[in-house]
Amino acid sequence: MSKTLFDKIWDAHVVKDLGNDEVLLYVDRHLVHEVTSPQAFEGLRLTGRKVRRPDCTFATMDHNVPTDENRMNITDPIAKAQVDALTNNAATTGVTLFPLGDDRQGVIHIIGPEQGIVLPGMTVVCGDSHTATHGAFGSIAFGIGTSEVEHVLATQTLRQKKPKNYKVEFTGTLPPNVTAKDMVLKLISIIGPAGGTGCAFEFCGEAIRTLSMEGRLTICNMAIEAGARSGLVAPDQITFDYVSTGDRVYAPKGEAFDKAVEEWKQFYTDEGATFDHEVTIDVTDLAPQVTWGTSPGMGVDVTGEVPALDAVAEYSPADVQGALDYMGLESGTKMTDITIETVFIGSCTNGRLEDLREAAEYIKGKKVAEGVRMLVVPGSEAVRYAAEKERLDRVFVEAGAEWRFAGCSMCLAMNADKLRDKERCASTSNRNFEGRQGKGGRTHLVSPKMAAAAAVHGHFVDIREEI
Amino acid sequence: MEKFNTFTGIVAGVDRANIDTDALIPKEHLKSIKRTGFGAALFSDWRYNDDGSDKPDFVLNKPETKVAEILVTRSNCGCGSSREHAVWAVVQYGFKAVIAPRQDDQPGFADIFCNNCAKNGLLTIELSESQVDEIFQTLEKEPGVKGTVDLAAQKVTILSSSGATDYPFEVAADLKTKLLEGLDDIALTLQYEADITAYEATHG
Repeated sequence: MSKTLFDKIWDAHVVKDLGNDEVLLYVDRHLVHEVTSPQAFEGLRLTGRKVRRPDCTFATMDHNVPTDENRMNITDPIAKAQVDALTNNAATTGVTLFPLGDDRQGVIHIIGPEQGIVLPGMTVVCGDSHTATHGAFGSIAFGIGTSEVEHVLATQTLRQKKPKNYKVEFTGTLPPNVTAKDMVLKLISIIGPAGGTGCAFEFCGEAIRTLSMEGRLTICNMAIEAGARSGLVAPDQITFDYVSTGDRVYAPKGEAFDKAVEEWKQFYTDEGATFDHEVTIDVTDLAPQVTWGTSPGMGVDVTGEVPALDAVAEYSPADVQGALDYMGLESGTKMTDITIETVFIGSCTNGRLEDLREAAEYIKGKKVAEGVRMLVVPGSEAVRYAAEKERLDRVFVEAGAEWRFAGCSMCLAMNADKLRDKERCASTSNRNFEGRQGKGGRTHLVSPKMAAAAAVHGHFVDIREEI
Repeated sequence: MEKFNTFTGIVAGVDRANIDTDALIPKEHLKSIKRTGFGAALFSDWRYNDDGSDKPDFVLNKPETKVAEILVTRSNCGCGSSREHAVWAVVQYGFKAVIAPRQDDQPGFADIFCNNCAKNGLLTIELSESQVDEIFQTLEKEPGVKGTVDLAAQKVTILSSSGATDYPFEVAADLKTKLLEGLDDIALTLQYEADITAYEATHG
């Protein structure tokens, strides 16, 4: 019988059919961070249970850590308590930890791929909704809550119902200076923030096949912003090359790698397999995207304007009005007339080396506009080292930006990096929710290139006219 | 987990779609290593002024609805971050059930939120858009109106002054059993430890 990529991996991980459409699903990799795990480890302690597979469990500190020079000295007592709890929990359970100060530390979804922890055909979970990122390898990766974190720690499985299959095909060739971020923002604005709820996306089509792993990671990362817990890309030579290059400590090497590749080549959707939902997006004329509202699907072309209340298919006029009130915007305003005060480049969405290169390439020799603050936060320490080797740090600093250490930083503002009330930000992160980057802060989601261009001009510009 | 018993409580409505978990509990309240103490942080950006005083217009600050036990919202409630703290905040505030509308393929609740609710004994109820509209109209006319949630009979009853209105709902059979009996998932799964060990033996 013809199967989808998702179904092949799912079926290979069913430990037991529990009835009522529920199965016990085996988890190959469990990624852990300091904010959603302490209560899970505490639960284990209270019940006298052990971590079943510490060898398959990898942890780091990313959400609340400072990214400035004094990062080793966490002054926020509760953030410190979370970091200390993870340190102790890893030490007592044997879970591998990449602690603050380690050169492998970073945003959990950046370091999983980077270290070769996540590979094609795996099931991957983490107490974080952006776990979908890892689907870029052709793996089933999804976010879970803390109770489920505890369940995985104790049993290395999850009780799950199989989601529906949703095919997202990107046809055509991406125009210059339009990126993976623009593709996924466009998708979310077409199908809405709940369009993929109950589903797993398979991203396919010519425009996906020609994307780098970094681009695919960006697209899968934001599957959750369209409601889908996971998004997958079938592995191909680009995937295999990514896994075999660099120092991916946990990836198979030599003969083991060759053998693994033969197995990974089986992970594709069979001819004739059926999907429950499908959408096709032609990227030939895709424009850079900018969000104007407080939900990731509230986006338009940079050449467009803030829409009328009744002109947004996936949102009610009341929702649009609420978003515009919060954002301090009016219908009819041209996107390129919106001025910004802060630019954030980083996060699990766009904190990889390729993202920093793209932003640096644009900003080299230019200056950040007066009154604009620009933060560049590498997604991991490895990304930071690699960027510094290429002297990207100097490019950013000479332009007037701040160059930071790795962490989630202003994507969710759990550390000191946050927006002030009503401060407007061009951000390469994934969520423009009310208060996401700081209470009262106003977030516009864009690609790294668009963020860099906004930093230089002090307002949004069409990057296609700049390069 | 506590057993889910039939209860009657005040209904509070937050008339918004796509209520994300950042709104349910902003990140400054996530910095705890405990499972308790989140109730006061529920909806904090919408509920409190900067000086910590109550915003009088917010539904949970109104005297009639302050001690509500049934929350009604619009679609896609609980989208965004997987933080279970959002569910802990809803439960610890005192809510026992959340109602949101499902229309065609548009679900009432986001997937991860829905799972997290189930693990904490919080019942998520999907009704039709017109039924939820009707409930919001009742709340507008009669703030502080009560409702009864009977999971065994799979119905919500809104007890307005003009009479009781029943709203039957669907719930997965296994979830219903788990909630009614207050079963612990991990204990249930550990019954299959031999199956897990056998799987590991054949899958490297």
